[in-house]
Amino acid sequence: MSFLNKFITVGALLALAACNDPSQLGGGAGGSGSAGGGIGAAGSVSDPTSVAYFQQAVGDRVLFAVDQSTITPQGQTTLDAQANWLIRNGDYTAVIEGHADEKGTREYNLALGARRANAVREYLVSRGVSGTRLRTVTYGKERPIEICSEESCYARNRRAVTVLAGGLTG
Amino acid sequence: MKKILASLLLGATLFSSPLAAQDGPLRIEITEGVIEPLPFAVPGFVPESPAAASQAEQLTRVIAADLTGTGLFREITADAHIGQITDFSAPIQYADWKAINAQALITGSVGVSGNRVTVRFRVWDVFSGAELGSGLQFVGSTDGWRRMAHKVADQVYSRITGEGGYFDSRVVFVSETGPKDDRRKRLAIMDYDGANVQYLTDSSSIVLAPRFSPRGDKVLYTSYESGFPHIHVLDVGNVQQRVLEQSEGTMSFAPRFAPDGQTVVYSLEQGGNTDLYTLDLASGNRTRLTNAPSIETAPSYSPDGAQIVFESDRSGNQQLYVMPARGGEARRISFGQGRYGTPVWSPRGDMIAFTKQNNGRFHIGVMRVDGSEERLLTASFLDEGPTWAPNGRVLMFARETQGAAGRSSLYSVDISGRNLRPVRTPDGGSDPSWSPLQQ
Repeated sequence: MSFLNKFITVGALLALAACNDPSQLGGGAGGSGSAGGGIGAAGSVSDPTSVAYFQQAVGDRVLFAVDQSTITPQGQTTLDAQANWLIRNGDYTAVIEGHADEKGTREYNLALGARRANAVREYLVSRGVSGTRLRTVTYGKERPIEICSEESCYARNRRAVTVLAGGLTG
Repeated sequence: MKKILASLLLGATLFSSPLAAQDGPLRIEITEGVIEPLPFAVPGFVPESPAAASQAEQLTRVIAADLTGTGLFREITADAHIGQITDFSAPIQYADWKAINAQALITGSVGVSGNRVTVRFRVWDVFSGAELGSGLQFVGSTDGWRRMAHKVADQVYSRITGEGGYFDSRVVFVSETGPKDDRRKRLAIMDYDGANVQYLTDSSSIVLAPRFSPRGDKVLYTSYESGFPHIHVLDVGNVQQRVLEQSEGTMSFAPRFAPDGQTVVYSLEQGGNTDLYTLDLASGNRTRLTNAPSIETAPSYSPDGAQIVFESDRSGNQQLYVMPARGGEARRISFGQGRYGTPVWSPRGDMIAFTKQNNGRFHIGVMRVDGSEERLLTASFLDEGPTWAPNGRVLMFARETQGAAGRSSLYSVDISGRNLRPVRTPDGGSDPSWSPLQQ
């Protein structure tokens, strides 16, 4: 039946699949640098042991390329600073939130957000932060901070945010 | 809602036809995709007393809306009618209905006594001058009058198409308010046509992807009540809910019932990796179905309970796989361009509906269970999460619009790709799940 045929598309695109390999380091677009502040913070930025200092001076988030959970070189710099800060300020625990942009299905984005949060957790642990101080949560595409439907917004939504205990963001 | 369900004592009684019941040639073959909707007339059902007049009028309108909403039927409205039905038992004057080219005629009467409504109806094949099927009578409470209208429409649809109906069904979904960066979500349930919306949760924590049990009495969903996503089950009758899976340090989501209503398949995340598990509701026993470093999620059972279709990125991106219900080797079924997710097995067992992403666009599509005959039914900025009508002929899904003012709403579409329609809800809507036909 021609109506059916019109819509049939078959063809295994292995080449396409290959370029999505999550084990490849660095993959491009993600780390556009500083994550937007704007979250109410406890304490003063001038106090290097404060939550505000962690959020703004250290940097509480890292960004990811499309459909990736690999920590970018910029992300590594941020996480090195986070690890140092967490080691110096041993009273804090943290929940690492993983997020995705809106261009994905709901369940997959939950799983992807979990991957991103876990990638950050593993990196911090590898830098000496005790794993017992770090939990992860995925929000998938449920909690974007930017609402335009363009790459500039998506790039900032594909993030993992290290939220110090007591400061759980919604 | 409990009151409505409990007090709706639906009784269906056949009554004898003045003519010998016979199957006339009046027929729509849905499989071929209907181009020209079948014209029908449904003159206002005859009230058996003045007290029944408004109920009769409302019932008739809902029946007409159900039928025209399928895209398979076209109503010839009352202003074009030549004949009038004032006595439900009087012989049909076929010439009056032939003259306006009404191929099907639906007549009925409505009686109200206290809080009980009695609806009787007959379907006529105008051009062969015969009744289609037999007269049928439904008795129920006045509260449940819409359900009786849907039951009548299901009968008409069934007799003319030869397929099961789907109008006497409900949809559980996520009702959404607020902008994208402050979206409030709560579970809601409604009739399939958007009427009788009731809220099952508040919006104090994120709730996602409710899924009906096979009998429509329970709903599985994901809630952030604990601060972390975990699967919950809710009893539709008394709106009591409890968490099903809350193991320390894990997250769970994407739950769906097995056809036995006792087993739940879902995704469990541990250490960044998401795999499929089942949970036996009676014993609480958990069984692992997949064990891979890739993402395995969005599982859905075949209607016989023997297989599960799910999505995985084990090949490098999201694709659809089928495996035995107890786990084991999975067979990839999606091979087209792009990514495939949210597979749902048709209640007829013959097809799988899915969301496809390709070149920045999202589609709702269907394919045979072996992956052949892929057909895309919709295209937009973001279409997602199909659910099947009980008869496996129609899909409902969510469409999110683009940009800062973007909002999510429910739509339905025929599996032929025709009759794309918005489903009206009071606020935004997403993650619909269609119930089976109500008993």
